[in-house]
Amino acid sequence: MSESARQDTPEQAEFRQFCRQWLQANKPSAPSVRLPLSPLEIMTQPQMDYLQEWQKAAYEAGLVGCDYPVDVGGGGRSDCQRVANEEMIRARTPFMPNVIGLGMAAPTVFYHGQQALKERLLPRLFSGEDIWCQGFSEPGAGSDLASVQTFAERKGDKWVINGHKVWTSLAHFAEWMILLLRTDKSHKYDGLSYFVVPIRAALGNGVTVRPLIKITGETGFNEVIFENLEVDDSYRLDELGKGWQVAMTTLLHERGAGELQTPRSGGMKSKATHATNTGNLIELARNTPRNGRPAADDAVIRDRMMQLVIREHGLAQNQRRARVSALQDHPLRLQLQNKLLASEITQDTAALAVEIEGASASLYLGDDNAPAGGQWPMAYMNSYGMTIAAGTSEVQRNILGERVLGLAKSK
Amino acid sequence: MTQPDNFGFGEEAAMLKDSARKFFSEHFPTDKLHRMVAADTNPERMSTSEWDRELWQQMVELGWTSLAVPESAGGIGMPVVAVAGLVEELGRAAFPCPLLSTLNATYVLAACGGGGETALAEIAEGRTASLAITNRQGSWNTADTDVLCTQGKLSGTAWFVQDARKVDRLLVSAQTSSGQGLYWVATDAAGLTVEPDAIVDLTRDQAHVSFDNVAAEEVSGDGLVALEHAMPAIWTLLAADITGAAEWQLQTTVEYVSTRQQFEHPLGFFQAVKHPLVNVMIQIDQCKSLVYNAACAYDAEPARAAETAHMAKAAASETAAFASGRSVQYHGGIGFTWECFVHLYFKRQKHSQLLWGDAAWHRAKLADILVGEVA
Repeated sequence: MSESARQDTPEQAEFRQFCRQWLQANKPSAPSVRLPLSPLEIMTQPQMDYLQEWQKAAYEAGLVGCDYPVDVGGGGRSDCQRVANEEMIRARTPFMPNVIGLGMAAPTVFYHGQQALKERLLPRLFSGEDIWCQGFSEPGAGSDLASVQTFAERKGDKWVINGHKVWTSLAHFAEWMILLLRTDKSHKYDGLSYFVVPIRAALGNGVTVRPLIKITGETGFNEVIFENLEVDDSYRLDELGKGWQVAMTTLLHERGAGELQTPRSGGMKSKATHATNTGNLIELARNTPRNGRPAADDAVIRDRMMQLVIREHGLAQNQRRARVSALQDHPLRLQLQNKLLASEITQDTAALAVEIEGASASLYLGDDNAPAGGQWPMAYMNSYGMTIAAGTSEVQRNILGERVLGLAKSK
Repeated sequence: MTQPDNFGFGEEAAMLKDSARKFFSEHFPTDKLHRMVAADTNPERMSTSEWDRELWQQMVELGWTSLAVPESAGGIGMPVVAVAGLVEELGRAAFPCPLLSTLNATYVLAACGGGGETALAEIAEGRTASLAITNRQGSWNTADTDVLCTQGKLSGTAWFVQDARKVDRLLVSAQTSSGQGLYWVATDAAGLTVEPDAIVDLTRDQAHVSFDNVAAEEVSGDGLVALEHAMPAIWTLLAADITGAAEWQLQTTVEYVSTRQQFEHPLGFFQAVKHPLVNVMIQIDQCKSLVYNAACAYDAEPARAAETAHMAKAAASETAAFASGRSVQYHGGIGFTWECFVHLYFKRQKHSQLLWGDAAWHRAKLADILVGEVA
């Protein structure tokens, strides 16, 4: 029995038992298609079909949305999503495709939507039948998110939306979008409002989705253009002008610091998996010659690898300590570091791997002589997506400095 | 063996940490520390050993010196993770006392089997002790010592002995004809001379101790095994001390940059100040998490004790240096003066950074474990 199981409440213990039995009998078999590394890189319909089928089965068994109330399609349990997540990860199930929906849209709709909207949207979100995407960033609004210009103009009890969103992962599969936009041009923050928008139904009729190509050459996200799209006022979340506050709920959950646990699954190996971690880094150093000896014998390389090992363990132990209230100094202090640390450690690990590879790091995916199939240079380039997306590292440091240390707000 | 998810940091540990924090903040504010240890500004001063014996006596009566002594030897037998919580608070207060030294000696004695029991019983009764196991070169290799033991008598000199003027006993590592032994000796024994070092750190005292045919009680004839076993606890507790002191440095500096105004803004408004202070916080948190992991491993997963403690002390040594540098820099001109309290912690952290191995030393040892030794 694992240690976390030993600390379960009676409800959690019983639920854990159920999850284990269900997963044993119902874990999906390996897919016939190659799975991507993360839900944000799902490219083809067969990949999506396989993953949606898994999420639906998990939802119907009660492993998704466990802590949401029953009337909105949840399980009505108390702190049980954590248990389901632990068991799904232990069972190495596939990841869930509706990652934006589960992690960001669901808590936002739940805390800010009207009851009828929750009852209509959340069950199909949890089941993965409706994929969700997020319309926040724009060409002119990145780190300074509150400067979004996408505008909704009132027309009776409808709104007419015009604007341009970018970096929209999963938009090419999405039924729905959470959309931060402007309803008043005279106030920066108080002029923002928040909607849920059925984009798939409006494709070619007010909504255009176009893929953007990443620095690595892969696709994965999109730009979404709104031209006179009409939406009903009932799709607005919270009051007019409260968009910024609603967006904070979204971002808090995105950063793993929200009230509701995000359903998480994963661990099933895809064929392309080559995780950017220090275990693989050390393996690379053992197998790469440097001055006639393995690079792993070089004192400087050893020291730099150990610096990364220590940071990687430090992050894992932070996450463990975040569950022990007596060892915390501020309720958000560890939680708000997660994304910043994970992205920077990944970046520095990939950067060192590229250095260790030396001249061979110049060889990319299409070259048969590329070590590890060219995965390290690709991981290094991809790592910049992580240090830029969801609030750049610079923005994360502002947030930590202001919200945790209480320093004066920077412009 | 697996570790408990909560590091084994239960209610008793939380209460101990909490009461230690209250104890120091009530009885030993930083201005009191400054008055006590920083009266003499002369850079060529001899080392002094100013400390608050009355407060120390209260700590002894609270049982803090016998926390790590096993119950079988009359102690309290608390897990390392609980002791680490106390030591973190000790570091935050920078309280000059032989608690850490006594705990260090306790872990070595507890790893000596039956031979350590008499000495442990003395610690349980309130005696204090320190390790005398380091040579003139300051080697942290436990096999290196300049002291010899011949026919039960010690000769030679042990260096970098912490709190030598405050403790009642020393646990000495000495070469013997057959290997390396550990010896228990009173600091007022005939032939033993404590020669204080003039050190930078005002919150500690350090000495080299010479032995001229000093009669000593053998605790272990195979001292290396006991030392190897106990070192992870020693590294971890010093890392806990550093963590607490670094948190003081962070909070004190945050307070200053929130008050001090330049260019019509508090200093903390500027990202050139804000972001490095966030980096200090990040380093402290990594360090603290690794400390409790290592402390937990010492009791619950001994096979990984050395590995996890190397991580903790390597991270702590980096944190000590970085937090100290930023604390002085962001206090500006006043931070460069004797009257500003930050120098007390700057100096304590510099001492802690190097003691029992700096970051590079611990990373090299960690690499030997995780990557393998270089042939």
